[in-house]
Amino acid sequence: MNADTPFVIAGYARRGRRWLGRDRSARFAVILLAVISVVCFLAPLTAPHDPNFQPDIVKLRNAPPSVEYPMGNDQASRDVLSRLLYGGRLSLTVALLATLVSVTVGTAYGAAAGYATGFVSTILERILDALLAIPRLLLLIVIFAARRDMPIGGFILILGVTGWYALARLVRGQVLALKAQDFVASAKALGATRMRILTRHILPNVVSPVIVAAMLGLGHVIVLEAGLSWLGIGVRSPDASWGNMIQDGSASLDQMATSWWIAFFPGIAIVLTVVAFNVLGDALLKALSPRQSGIE
Amino acid sequence: MTEPLLSVENLRTYFHGAAAVAKSVDGVSFVVNAGETVGIVGESGCGKSVTALSILRLIQPPGRIESGSRILFEGKDLVSLDDAGMRHVRGNRISMIFQEPMSALNPVFTVGDQVAEVARVHGTGSRKDAWNRAVEMLTLTGIPSPGERAKQYPHQLSGGMRQRVLIAMALMMNPALVIADEPTTALDVTIQAQILELLLDLQKRLGTSILMITHDLGVVAETATRVLVMYGGEIVEEASVRTLFDAAHHPYTEGLMNAMPQISDSRERLNVIPGTVPPPTAWPTGCRFRDRCPYSWERCEREHPPLYQISEGHTSRCHLAVEPERRAHPHLPLVEQTGAIL
Repeated sequence: MNADTPFVIAGYARRGRRWLGRDRSARFAVILLAVISVVCFLAPLTAPHDPNFQPDIVKLRNAPPSVEYPMGNDQASRDVLSRLLYGGRLSLTVALLATLVSVTVGTAYGAAAGYATGFVSTILERILDALLAIPRLLLLIVIFAARRDMPIGGFILILGVTGWYALARLVRGQVLALKAQDFVASAKALGATRMRILTRHILPNVVSPVIVAAMLGLGHVIVLEAGLSWLGIGVRSPDASWGNMIQDGSASLDQMATSWWIAFFPGIAIVLTVVAFNVLGDALLKALSPRQSGIE
Repeated sequence: MTEPLLSVENLRTYFHGAAAVAKSVDGVSFVVNAGETVGIVGESGCGKSVTALSILRLIQPPGRIESGSRILFEGKDLVSLDDAGMRHVRGNRISMIFQEPMSALNPVFTVGDQVAEVARVHGTGSRKDAWNRAVEMLTLTGIPSPGERAKQYPHQLSGGMRQRVLIAMALMMNPALVIADEPTTALDVTIQAQILELLLDLQKRLGTSILMITHDLGVVAETATRVLVMYGGEIVEEASVRTLFDAAHHPYTEGLMNAMPQISDSRERLNVIPGTVPPPTAWPTGCRFRDRCPYSWERCEREHPPLYQISEGHTSRCHLAVEPERRAHPHLPLVEQTGAIL
């Protein structure tokens, strides 16, 4: 961040509005994500019931959708709609924070690896190569299976610190290409320090690809969280998340056939959210490429 | 005699490759006085850009300024100056205008921002002051409606306008010396003349010295008072512009002059200097120009010519200075002779 950031952001905002007017799929994605985020983050206001309250464990166990419970009840008679909203709040929070961690670490590491020269650059590169060789999902399963009492903060942090390698490599490549540009030599000829050249002249040029990567990363983390929770090693009951709701509803094939609503609605929520993030990422990739922004 | 503003003494900048050492600049000495415009002329690969970059110490590894080189500027030796001291010189006391105005500007910032950045790097005044001064500089460089232009991005400006922005950046801190590395090469001819005129006009007003790096003798004729001709990493001739155009001594300078197209020309093909600059990893022994020279004889192979004094302020690195009678008997240059066999 520097004093000129407001200028840059104002420019993005102006271009953003024009772009949303033009690109229909981007508009769809933005509206969908806005709606999902608002209803989920305002869950205490939007949810009709307490997500963990069991109104009637006998009569309402696996009850189908009704007026009172529009998405039905689960095997503990809890309201699926309320759990979906609260679960969405948790799933989205996990995804946002974990992505924030990986974008921060990835950008910083990539920038350092790309901007450093000689020995330091080689070391940073080799470490990155080694990290990229670790299968992320297996690593996560091992960690979370070993530490079954992991608090949610640790869960987010570990998702974040295992998710930045590809981004770091992307940023490193960009920085390598940018540092050979004339405007970097020019900045040096004008007396800028190395730190200033990196933060003020190079990194602003990396913002666009990082934003795109972050969008795609968000979708990926949502799926990952769902997968881990479904395995029973992610977000744990009674806290609702989209992943553990699907687990609740898919204990057996029989249950899935008779009480489909328990897993169906969180499944739909995941698909819609991930598709929206991916569509937005693709649309941003197109919109933020220099050729595109050059035509005004 | 007053102290010169810049005094380069025996500058040697070598690039240490894995297989060989490229001696791109190999013992260059010259001075630039206050308020003066000095031109450095030569073809690609002669070392003129490396000389310019060396002065600001912008040489990247494996390139290195060798020990024994001295660049005296305002009482300091830039070769041994520490990083902080060097940053204070860059952009502040000596600034540089780059050849390609599009790539020398950062695509994601407005041009006003980038001009103001110079003042902010050197920590003078507030953000607002810097911006106002930037608009002032853009006005000075003759950009129409500078207030609005300052808020535009580089891609929204024409090539000539971008070069004016670079000039504004270079002059922002009112430096004592501006190094212009082929400032007009990327521009079309009509804009070239405007930019050169602007540079000279601003120089007169601000009293800045200019080191003009170019391969275009026309640019030198229009702007410089004194010219250094470089070949093979060395200065081969130094003279005032007048003397150089009236009485060039070195065969290489002669060749450059003949290669300039002229309006009155009736000849169908342009004159060229045969051959190319030898690679800086393997300069020939003796005179570095001898293979391409129409006068060379065995002395040129045996003996590396020193800079001979031709007249007051006119030096030439050619043995013709001591054996002038040989100029009467030109022959086919060596490169042409082998070319004929091939």
